[in-house]
Amino acid sequence: MKLAIKLENITKTYPGVLANSEVSIKINSGDIHAIVGENGAGKSTLMKILYGMVKPDSGKIEIFENNASMSSPKNAINLGIGMVHQHFMLAKNLTVLENIILGIDRPLLKNIKLSKYKSEIQKVMELYSLNIDLNQFVDELSVGEKQRVEIIKVLYRGAKILILDEPTAVLVPQEVKELFKNLRNLKNNGVTVLFISHKLDEVLEIADEISVMRSGQMIDTVANKNVSKTELAEMMIGKSLPTPPKRVTLTNEEVILKVENIKLNDGDGRTIFEDITFDVHKSEILGIAGVEGNGQKEVVEAIIGIQELHSGKVLFKNTNLEGLGTRERLESGISFIPEDRQLQAMIMDMNLTDNVIIGRQNIEKYKSSLGTVKTKNAVIESEKVISTFEVKTPGTNTLATALSGGNQQKFVVGRELEDSPSLLIASQPTRGIDIGAQSLIWEKLRNSRDEGLSVLLISADLEELIGLSDRIIVFYQGKLVKELESENVTPEDLGGYMTGLKK
Amino acid sequence: MKMRFRLLSVSAPIIALTISFGLSSLILLIIGKDPYETFKIMFEYGIRGKSIVSIVNRSIPLYISAIAVAVGFKMGLFNIGVEGQYLMGSLVAAYIGAQFSVLTPLHILFIIIVAVATSSLWAAIAGYLKVEKGIHEVISTIMLNYIGTGLIAYSLTTIFDEPNSDYDLPRTQELPETGKMPPLNKFFNIEDLQDLHGFLVIAILVGIFYYWLVWKTTLGFDLRITGSNPIAAKFSGINPKRLVVIAMITSGAFAGLVGLGPLLGYFHRFTIDFPTGLGFAGIGVALLGRNHPFGMAIGALLFAFLQRSAQILDLNDVPKEIEQMMQAFILLIVVVFYEVIRRFIVKQQIKDASKRTDE
Amino acid sequence: MKIIKSLSKRYIIFTPILLVVVVAQVETYSQLTTSGTFGAAIRLAIPILLAGLGGLYSEKTGVVNIGLEGMMIMGTWFGAWGGYMFGAWQGVFIGMLGGALFGLIHAIATVSFQVDHIVSGVAINILAGGVARFLNVIAYRDVSFASSTASPRIQGDIGIFTMPFLAGGKIGETETPNFFGRIEDLNIFLFSDFAGLLLGFLSNISYLTLFALALVPVSILVLWFTPLGLQMRSVGEYPSGSESLGVNVYLMKYVGVTISGALSGLAGSYLVVAGTGTYLEGQTGGRGFIGLASMLFGNYKPFGILMGSGLFGFADALQLRSSQAVHGLLIVISIFLLVLTFKAFFEKKYKAGVLSFIFSAAFLIWFVNSTSIPNQFVYFTPHITTLIVLSFANQRIKLPEKIGVPYKKGELN
Repeated sequence: MKLAIKLENITKTYPGVLANSEVSIKINSGDIHAIVGENGAGKSTLMKILYGMVKPDSGKIEIFENNASMSSPKNAINLGIGMVHQHFMLAKNLTVLENIILGIDRPLLKNIKLSKYKSEIQKVMELYSLNIDLNQFVDELSVGEKQRVEIIKVLYRGAKILILDEPTAVLVPQEVKELFKNLRNLKNNGVTVLFISHKLDEVLEIADEISVMRSGQMIDTVANKNVSKTELAEMMIGKSLPTPPKRVTLTNEEVILKVENIKLNDGDGRTIFEDITFDVHKSEILGIAGVEGNGQKEVVEAIIGIQELHSGKVLFKNTNLEGLGTRERLESGISFIPEDRQLQAMIMDMNLTDNVIIGRQNIEKYKSSLGTVKTKNAVIESEKVISTFEVKTPGTNTLATALSGGNQQKFVVGRELEDSPSLLIASQPTRGIDIGAQSLIWEKLRNSRDEGLSVLLISADLEELIGLSDRIIVFYQGKLVKELESENVTPEDLGGYMTGLKK
Repeated sequence: MKMRFRLLSVSAPIIALTISFGLSSLILLIIGKDPYETFKIMFEYGIRGKSIVSIVNRSIPLYISAIAVAVGFKMGLFNIGVEGQYLMGSLVAAYIGAQFSVLTPLHILFIIIVAVATSSLWAAIAGYLKVEKGIHEVISTIMLNYIGTGLIAYSLTTIFDEPNSDYDLPRTQELPETGKMPPLNKFFNIEDLQDLHGFLVIAILVGIFYYWLVWKTTLGFDLRITGSNPIAAKFSGINPKRLVVIAMITSGAFAGLVGLGPLLGYFHRFTIDFPTGLGFAGIGVALLGRNHPFGMAIGALLFAFLQRSAQILDLNDVPKEIEQMMQAFILLIVVVFYEVIRRFIVKQQIKDASKRTDE
Repeated sequence: MKIIKSLSKRYIIFTPILLVVVVAQVETYSQLTTSGTFGAAIRLAIPILLAGLGGLYSEKTGVVNIGLEGMMIMGTWFGAWGGYMFGAWQGVFIGMLGGALFGLIHAIATVSFQVDHIVSGVAINILAGGVARFLNVIAYRDVSFASSTASPRIQGDIGIFTMPFLAGGKIGETETPNFFGRIEDLNIFLFSDFAGLLLGFLSNISYLTLFALALVPVSILVLWFTPLGLQMRSVGEYPSGSESLGVNVYLMKYVGVTISGALSGLAGSYLVVAGTGTYLEGQTGGRGFIGLASMLFGNYKPFGILMGSGLFGFADALQLRSSQAVHGLLIVISIFLLVLTFKAFFEKKYKAGVLSFIFSAAFLIWFVNSTSIPNQFVYFTPHITTLIVLSFANQRIKLPEKIGVPYKKGELN
């Protein structure tokens, strides 16, 4: 059997970080080969090297048993490698067809032979049993469909090796099944699939061989049939994957947040969500499940005051929040962890002292009667957050951008919790951070909840959602379709409600 | 560590100056002039006693204009309309200020208030258009400049014109004695030199106020956050619309002071010769000084020095427009190098941070 | 009925047009719809169109280009110099090169050095002003006609075209009947005005105008139907995605920005060569920015830009030819605001309705109490039109996704 890919002693360092250290791997042609490891293990860097986006400091690459030096993505494409990224690389405002044929022609001023391309792409779609409407604009597609476009895109360019980076991160269980079906079709047609993931169950379901990476090194490669989930987990981190342990619900009777029949329209009059009613009690974590784009994000923004409701009421500690701006709502005891920390929660080119004030600039602690900023208080608070939440940084004077993702998130969570709020809204609080930071944040959330905090939790990580929440509500197409006690819920159940398959 | 970075930032304007001098020398050579001689003449003329006073005087409106622009920049707003704002402010203030007479400090204060109110109002229009209609302030302020020019031309020839004047060209009535700002020489007893404008004091106060406003107050903090990351600003409770309007009005308010130096100091009335171009020059100084109160002061002095020393060039058969080219070169190059150095510093900081945390 | 329905949806466009035509029936305001006015409108619209198209090429690749004004200034100076030294068409070409050179500078600053786009644009405008003035002084040192703010006249000219039969143009040496001109003279409601419009388009049109107008369909072809255009657009929408497919992001941005410089330069050359015949300081008069406005108004589509620049050109033409006609616009505005008042009340937006009623009344009073608008006001007609148009048009503009965002190779934006 031929080798599709052989990497020998690949090494790559970034300033202060050893991303890949002497990594070697052999991937058989026609296999579905999985590479697992937690966030920060070096999988992404390895893929970037394989795809020509990054040059390794040293090491050898062989594609189909020929020496290759990957100088650019174009180079990789020519060698038959196609990459489907975790965050889709599609232009929203261009059509599916335009996205697929982008970059194929040399940029000379000749006409695009649209019909020729269309028929060629149809042939590819038929061969691999993948279907999509070529004339749609990408921003009109569902997540699963976008992923399909990405796959067609690389297959159309003659890819014989398909690299998929965390492909199931954004899919619900039903879509994952669909994807795996497609992958098996590809395998039957001779395509080699390289599958990056940290979800061991899925990997064990689909892969022929599995390679484990940890801290920039390749630990081992094993055949699927020879390994168990526990063994894989141990190789990945030396201990099994933590799932938030079940604990007794201490939910109080008192209702902290009450949302009644709220409705929101967008600028063109279309309904984003309507008839949403739920409450959050003291000492309770209410989880919101839903595929991205079904209205949850906007509900949270409406509660915070960034979006203006069309109708309905939001009551916080029995006070109607209508008419209050974001600032007043935050100051009345609501804390918010937004889903994109770099864009929404922090100012990257300011230091941590300044960043601790964000969201609470006008409270007496940070604003004097003259209107000046009380920097001394900010320094004290920032240092408290840094120590309590184990944020790794040289000091509070460091710029936010200098911190790693996990530490930035810990800082943000710390800032929001240290305020002793009555209600915490957390959106994707542990997205993209290492296991250590994740456990810490889970622990802090649970402790605060036990001490009386109410939490509204949005997460795409179904295990996190089920593990942390006392109750879960599900959003689908802008409506609240189900409420569940999290005791006996499985990710498959949730997935069903999230995609409208279950009612 | 921070010192190291500060020094690096300062190197950008020095590099820009050097390259600019180099380019200008090249051009001078091409047109057959000796660069060394040219610069020598300029320099010698520029450091003469009389020149220094003139330079300081010239730099005053440049500095205030730069501060007006910088207030906007700090928030990510581009107030290109300082030009129109200061002219409107000066015109209205000149007209109203000439209608009565009270004690000098009071009179001058009143003139200042009128100018600032007018210019703020004019700037507020652009703020409103941005917030309610989504029109980018670069376009709206530039259009308002042209509209302002038309309005000024009209009102100067009709309602604001000096009544019963035998002077041919339109102009406002002269300010009474109480409306004139005395030169500083009176206080310091300096003879023989050209008058140092009294408005210098106000310029310095403006600089200090600007520093306090932007770096010490919560409002300034909000401004800087919004300028750096408008989305996070919104999530932190800042009302972006309100802040845009406040920022534009503040910027416009500073703009109103720009023309008052000349008005109160030596023009004493608004005429068609009233100095123009200060609004645009201020943009250059703000960019050069990187919106920092001290940096802009140096920048203003530098540009004023170039302007003044270039005056001698005509007498030596060198086109004095070379100075404008130099200014423009400095501007473009410094802007490039600021960015280059900024990125370098950020990279260094990241390196330092990860090094430290590995320990 | 269907036609009326779709028309009433676009009422913002059609009502003013209808009102203008009606008001134009009155003798004093007849200039509103004469062929002379329309001819001037086209002449004045072209620089705005070219600047707008220039802005389009740049912004489609994700680079904001505020420096269009400066590039246009370079076009005027180099166009005048080239025209003086060699001839009209050479002047045009050299003007384009001048604009393209400054476009290149903007590209280097924003793409390779990642300078903030607007800051760079502002710096370019300042640089262009200084360079133009300086060059004007040294290039014409020994020529008597020049000052620091004006250049001597260009040699020759571009040449004008008038369509035979429809507009009375010559075939060889023989005159032909002027079909549209006849209709215009007949003063029939709507038909004569429309004839005036067509006549304006077909008589005394500079060849350069035709060239500029041709660039509209050419731009559509290039941007939407060639691989080059697709790559340019993709770079403005999703640069990192494009890069991963092998598109040379930096190169595409350079191309887009340099073309935008060339087109602005062409706009400048046009001002000189098909207009005054000399370089004059300040002759661009903010048209670079108005071009940007027409790009926004046209929602980033070449045809829309054509419409927008036509509108601004019309406002400019009125200002130039007949301040009487501008006075006539006052009543048009008043009535239009009245229509808006009704619409606002119908939609129960009382505050907006009261506001537009007050303004409507104000314009009416102004109209009745004056016979003409002061020159100084007329001078800024195009600028205030820009503001008004942008106020109304801003709702559904679709900017390229990654506009204004500096791109670093290898980054995942």
